[in-house]
Amino acid sequence: MAFYDGLFKTFGMSNWCGEESSDAPMSMADLLAKSSGKEAEGEFFPFPSLDNLSESCSSIIQSRDVTKGIENGFLAAKPALKNVLDPITQPLSWMLDGALWLFASTPWFIMVPILVAISWFASKSKPVTIFVLISIMLLGLVDHYDVAMQTLSIIFVCTSISVMLGVPVGIAMSKSDRLQRSVVPILDLLQTLPTFVYLIPLIFLFSVTESKLYGIAIILYAIVPVIRLTDLGIRLVDKDVIEAANAFGMTSRQRLTGVELPLALPNIMAGINQTIMMSLAMVVIASLVSAPGLGVNVLRGIRNLELGVGIVAGIGIVLLAVILDRVSKAALSRVDMTHMKH
Amino acid sequence: MTKTPKVSLRGLYKIFGADDQAALEHVKAGLSKDDLLAQHKHVLGLQDINVDMQAGEITVVMGLSGSGKSTLIRHLNRLIEPTAGEILVDGEDVRKLSEDGLREIRQTRMSMVFQKFALLPHRTVKQNAAMSLKVRGMDEATQDAEAMKWLERVGLGGYENHYPAQLSGGMQQRVGIARALTANTDIMLMDEAFSALDPLIRTDMQNLLLELQDELHKSIVFITHDLDEALKLADHLVILKDGAVVQQGEPQGILLNPADPYIEDFVSDINRARVLRVQSVMQPITGTEFAGDVDIRDNLESLIGRSEGDTTLHYRVTENGEPVGELNMRDLVKALVPRLSSTKS
Repeated sequence: MAFYDGLFKTFGMSNWCGEESSDAPMSMADLLAKSSGKEAEGEFFPFPSLDNLSESCSSIIQSRDVTKGIENGFLAAKPALKNVLDPITQPLSWMLDGALWLFASTPWFIMVPILVAISWFASKSKPVTIFVLISIMLLGLVDHYDVAMQTLSIIFVCTSISVMLGVPVGIAMSKSDRLQRSVVPILDLLQTLPTFVYLIPLIFLFSVTESKLYGIAIILYAIVPVIRLTDLGIRLVDKDVIEAANAFGMTSRQRLTGVELPLALPNIMAGINQTIMMSLAMVVIASLVSAPGLGVNVLRGIRNLELGVGIVAGIGIVLLAVILDRVSKAALSRVDMTHMKH
Repeated sequence: MTKTPKVSLRGLYKIFGADDQAALEHVKAGLSKDDLLAQHKHVLGLQDINVDMQAGEITVVMGLSGSGKSTLIRHLNRLIEPTAGEILVDGEDVRKLSEDGLREIRQTRMSMVFQKFALLPHRTVKQNAAMSLKVRGMDEATQDAEAMKWLERVGLGGYENHYPAQLSGGMQQRVGIARALTANTDIMLMDEAFSALDPLIRTDMQNLLLELQDELHKSIVFITHDLDEALKLADHLVILKDGAVVQQGEPQGILLNPADPYIEDFVSDINRARVLRVQSVMQPITGTEFAGDVDIRDNLESLIGRSEGDTTLHYRVTENGEPVGELNMRDLVKALVPRLSSTKS
């Protein structure tokens, strides 16, 4: 006898529940109890969960039906989703493959000077540039140059796309409170959902051999800060300055490009810095779904318990992270300086 | 008066809140500001404002904080939408303008100077001054030439490549004024333009404004909470209290004949000898013997100095060299005592 039998009887729902309550698949606890030869001894007052209720009333679904329902629902929607998403996201595959090919086929003696030059123009800081040079040389020295370049090319593509999509979304959010209210929960969800969890539906949707699979996962995870900080940056622009822009008859486009975006730039740059960092974090996890790069070596270290391989790759990721962070931070501080230096 | 005012406000109301039209009915039925807030959760910003602002004059709107003066000035270029009433600029109702028409009027007919300067921090002083021309899409050369001309005029030559954050408050507000002048509009709106500056700089800026006004004859609407500043600058003074006009007119007249205790309180603290001018206390010529000639625009303080305190003297008042009246030192001394309200000791 289950605890809630009486409840359904009192409400006269026995008919709706059905007589044969023993038909339902047995729970693990029941199964164990049965095999040990005695009736499951219920708790004194069990939580009215689906499983407990369905023991008394077989018309009530069990919790396993919920997860099954979600799975079936997703599988039913899959063909339609795939038809829409596949063509839209196809360019992402091309871009990722193209970037991987480009970074891999450019010889190191051209690639390294280009990277050093980029860090110089972005940061205008000698220590940062020298640090970049030394780090890449170190990575090359232990034969991690190729994998590091793969990781870098993925980050390059994913960050660019995140910025291209994220900044306009952030601008739109800053202009509309309603949009902001509806987008913020989605951003919260993307940021807090364990990264492995949104790999699962993606694996169902796309084949693991396609690069867009990990591309989408990285972008979904990394786009959040750039959206948030673009929105915040524009909302933080001094109300007096906006009023002045209006009083002198600026159009909304002039106001956006001439006042709001330049003044929000430090915040947007901080968002881009965060986006780069998060796409680096995700590119390691994405190696689970065939993303090439340093993450593959980390994974190998875990899988085969190759301590040294894992640690060298891990340090390589740290070096990349520090390079990307310092260069983008130095660029950020230059943006801040433009109107204060004497 | 035959000449049409440059800007005139007719029956202007502003109520802040979700359902301002319904609240407007209550206000017109005589509900007070406090009752409106308590019973209907709406804030009365402006109440039945009727003001004419003449071309080429400085109209000063004065009131304490919360009296609605900053709200009022923002109605002229519709940074704030009125609840009811008309805003006529050169006879044209600003409320009826389309989006484009409104932008046009903001670009070419009205410029604004702000209390907190509101300069663009990422642009140089010159680019800030040229802002209005850039908005209108003028070519770079014109922008530069105009901006430089007005920066020189407000005394900022040589600072054109600095950024606003590198300048002091007074200099930043000069940039603000140059920006408004570069726009070359007939109407200048100045929202507490000098309130954030320290007293000495403020006096400098007031003098600069009067100097520019002598030359340019703009129609200036000036907001302030400082009576001394108001009396110094105003051709026409409007006093606001709780969103309504309590008295308006020629400033010397308001000083000598305050309409209600609120204004009496206001005017009782100021140095009347420095503010009042001969014009306000002179009489028609009756006598023939005078201790000397005084100009109609001299203030009473300078006259007390000249007479060395002798109240028996009479002076002949002249305007542009022509005699126009006589001044009795006794009248002068009487004018120095503020008329106190009966409720005060």
